[in-house]
Amino acid sequence: MKSARGRTAIVLWLALIIACLIIISRSQFTADLSAFLPKTPTPAQQLLLEQIRDGLASRLILVGIEGADASSRAALSRQMAQRLRVDPVFVSVNNGEPVSVERDRAYLFNNRYLLSPQVTPARFSISGLHDALADSIDLLASPAGLLVKSLLPRDPTGEMVQLLDQLNSGSRPEMIDGAWASKDGSRALMLVQTRASGSDTDAQQHAMTAIRQAFNEAHVAAAKLVMTGPGVFSVTSRNTIQSQVTRLSLISITLIAALLLLVYRSVTALVLSFLPVISGALAGIAAVSISFGSVHGITLGFGTALIGEAVDYSIYLFVQSEQDQQRWITRFWPTIRLGVLTSIFGFASLLLSGFPGLAQLGLYSIAGLITAALVTRFVLLHLLPANFRIHDVSHIGQVLFRLVAHAAKLRLAAVLLLLVACVILTLHRNNLWNDKISSLSPVSPADVALDAALRADMGAPDVRYIVVVSGASQESVLQSAEQVSRILQTQVDRGEIAGFESPSRYLPSNAAQRARQNSLPDPAVLATRLSMAAQGLPVHAQMFKPFLSDVEAARRQPLLQTADLEKTSMAMAVDALLIRQTDHWSALLPLTAPAGRDINADRIRTALSALSGVLLEDMKAESDNLYSGYLHEIIQLSLGGLLAIIGLLLLVFRSALRVLRIIAPLAAAVITVTAGLAMFGQQLIILHLVGLLLVVAIGSNYALFFDRADHPGIAVHQAAISPRTLASMLFANLTAVAGFGLLAFSKVSILQAMGVTVAPGVILALIYSAIFARKTP
Amino acid sequence: MMTRILFARLCILIALMLSPAISRAAEWDIEQLMQSLAQIRTDHASFVEKKTIAMLDKPVESSGELLYIAPDHLEKRTFKPKPESMTVDGDTLLIERGRQKHRLQLQDYPELAAFIDSIRGTLAGERRALERHYTLSLAGTAAHWTLQLLPVDEKMQSVVKRIRIEGAENALHSIEITQRDGDSSLMRIEKLAAP
Repeated sequence: MKSARGRTAIVLWLALIIACLIIISRSQFTADLSAFLPKTPTPAQQLLLEQIRDGLASRLILVGIEGADASSRAALSRQMAQRLRVDPVFVSVNNGEPVSVERDRAYLFNNRYLLSPQVTPARFSISGLHDALADSIDLLASPAGLLVKSLLPRDPTGEMVQLLDQLNSGSRPEMIDGAWASKDGSRALMLVQTRASGSDTDAQQHAMTAIRQAFNEAHVAAAKLVMTGPGVFSVTSRNTIQSQVTRLSLISITLIAALLLLVYRSVTALVLSFLPVISGALAGIAAVSISFGSVHGITLGFGTALIGEAVDYSIYLFVQSEQDQQRWITRFWPTIRLGVLTSIFGFASLLLSGFPGLAQLGLYSIAGLITAALVTRFVLLHLLPANFRIHDVSHIGQVLFRLVAHAAKLRLAAVLLLLVACVILTLHRNNLWNDKISSLSPVSPADVALDAALRADMGAPDVRYIVVVSGASQESVLQSAEQVSRILQTQVDRGEIAGFESPSRYLPSNAAQRARQNSLPDPAVLATRLSMAAQGLPVHAQMFKPFLSDVEAARRQPLLQTADLEKTSMAMAVDALLIRQTDHWSALLPLTAPAGRDINADRIRTALSALSGVLLEDMKAESDNLYSGYLHEIIQLSLGGLLAIIGLLLLVFRSALRVLRIIAPLAAAVITVTAGLAMFGQQLIILHLVGLLLVVAIGSNYALFFDRADHPGIAVHQAAISPRTLASMLFANLTAVAGFGLLAFSKVSILQAMGVTVAPGVILALIYSAIFARKTP
Repeated sequence: MMTRILFARLCILIALMLSPAISRAAEWDIEQLMQSLAQIRTDHASFVEKKTIAMLDKPVESSGELLYIAPDHLEKRTFKPKPESMTVDGDTLLIERGRQKHRLQLQDYPELAAFIDSIRGTLAGERRALERHYTLSLAGTAAHWTLQLLPVDEKMQSVVKRIRIEGAENALHSIEITQRDGDSSLMRIEKLAAP
């Protein structure tokens, strides 16, 4: 009967393991910041998120070539660009070579009467034409005359000059030997746009490999390749996290294994004790993969650390059971079950978080801990060999027993320490939390510095303010973008902003194009007006025959569509600035700040206030708000989790005093650790909070074991906590410290945050539990 | 007989007298001109420019000031007939006409770049920069020299036929540009006190 149930449990367990392995083999692993961005954003956040995940900026890779000499760097740049331009992985490869200049100019020139905002009925009246001609003649005599002379017969109103002007408004890198170079001339520069979005980390890695290959094939030994950009960050972060997680988990497994071997002196026991851990880890990853579609690197890092907690269950079983497993089930399992439930209640609060990254951690913990506990209880018990025994640890237990007996003497000292901790927290209350989203970034400061340097070289400052126009169709957002552009132009004239971009500049709305076509008079009328307009000017109207035929062609030409931009550099701009979302369209108009000062957002907002569906977004404030909003959310959720735990304990014990005694050491540990972090200048991020939750989850086992000792239902001779239980808690504590403590040495800030919180936290939780345990009579 | 001998001696004498002058003229070469031009760090001058353009019925005259600051800042401020200015700084050309501002990257306009470099290169005394685009030839003396620049590049040849710069010592007096299509401009320059 018993063995039949055991067999069923083992079969079910094996099936679960196989299922998990299949799921995991098909899982995707990511490491970008987007996992720490909300899953139910506001429309403005949605836009920000899409920009971060898929926007043009996310698809740019900045490439720098350093070392060697200037001319070989430039040659290398041209050689690489030539190779990369034929690679379908890349949409565009720009290093200053004039690959699209001809096509850009042809697009602007051939479509100048549909593109130029100057084309109005007034401009094609007699006086309008006269003024435009006079202006063009002046320009002809000016230094730029050389450029416009050949255009004059076809473009006497100077539309092309206007259009070129708009196109050239942005600053660009210097040219050295036919390729872009940094201002100080020390590196050659290239700007590459990938076809895949920045959030597709695999594709970004593929693109980086292609760039590196192109570089290597040139065989310039002295040259060095550097790359940066959001996609590059994702790839390097993923690699860093993966290599750290691999290394840390190897070390922590070795440490825990060594520790257990020392305690058990039995290889069988060691192998068996890892079964619940492995099962828990696999179930955790599989559950996250199914629910979220992909697994974040941080979840894996966290998973490593959770080994330290999952291994506790088998430690409790082996150390506490004294070969009588049935007695363990009746005596200890209820307490452990309650400990598991407490942990789940704590982690369930993470599931409610709007941060997919945190929800992943929550789900991973819950699935992992339940699996580990159940495998220990229902599978491990049946796998134990008949004569299974571990090394006798009662002597350690005896030592601990004597120590614990005196622990209560430390109560006063502990209370004082707590008071000091409270004072420290009060003093630091204003800068306890770091509410900058960058605090979560796994990117190293050196990489951030390189990114800033290359961006500065490229003359591409980070865009902070963007006017966002939303509408139901491409046409409607382009029309709004044109309205916004007119208002922004007045702001440019006033010096409030240095400039702005708009997709309508390269692809005007159909309405605007049609209006411009309608502004163009028919050939006969235009010819008459032109000859009258030329009076008093040093030109003959006959010279402008090509102009008449160009205008006539423009009147009849089909309106410009997105496809007409193909193969021009403007296609990239329109692609980036005109965005189709599921059911609506958005146009982005990024603003450039005037040199040396910030944009006064309120003034721009006021100027735009009359338009509907138009918003000025401050990307920096938006992303920081987003994060601090979630930080506050998670603080509340954690408090909710704490209340849920208290509720659960009240329900089980029906004694407020008992619950208080269980909660008190955990609260004390949390307060002390937080104060310690504040004292050492660590500002708390979300992951510290997750660490504190873990302290409560792991610590609750200790507090419950200490509490169990005076459970009224237990016979008098068992009233005091047994030496074996104490020993099991010490081992469990050491494994938890080994698992999480290693994270404290991680270079990735979010892993490090968990490590420095959990390792001291669990030690303190154990000590406080011992100190505050009710004295045995 | 006597007179013939006398004449011959006279010729030798004149030749001997002239020879230092001849040898000095031969020493006056492009290298020297460039060296003396390179010594000028800032240059401020007024100009009068007359442009003859076939498309226009009559020549256009303009006047204003020139400012050069070594090595690569060149400013041409026109006051008449309409105020406008052209500033070249490194690779950027800024043209301001009334409220309009045109900012061009010279790298996008190689002909214009070569054209501007002819003037800037001369002012800076950078022979190598000049010889990248032009074949140079020098005539005259240090007191009155003429530097002629003929474009090397075919594309440039289709725009500019010849640039002639006249000057004395290290001061430029005039710049004459003859374009392939016959249009031409002549700019007369007079040095002003440093600003």
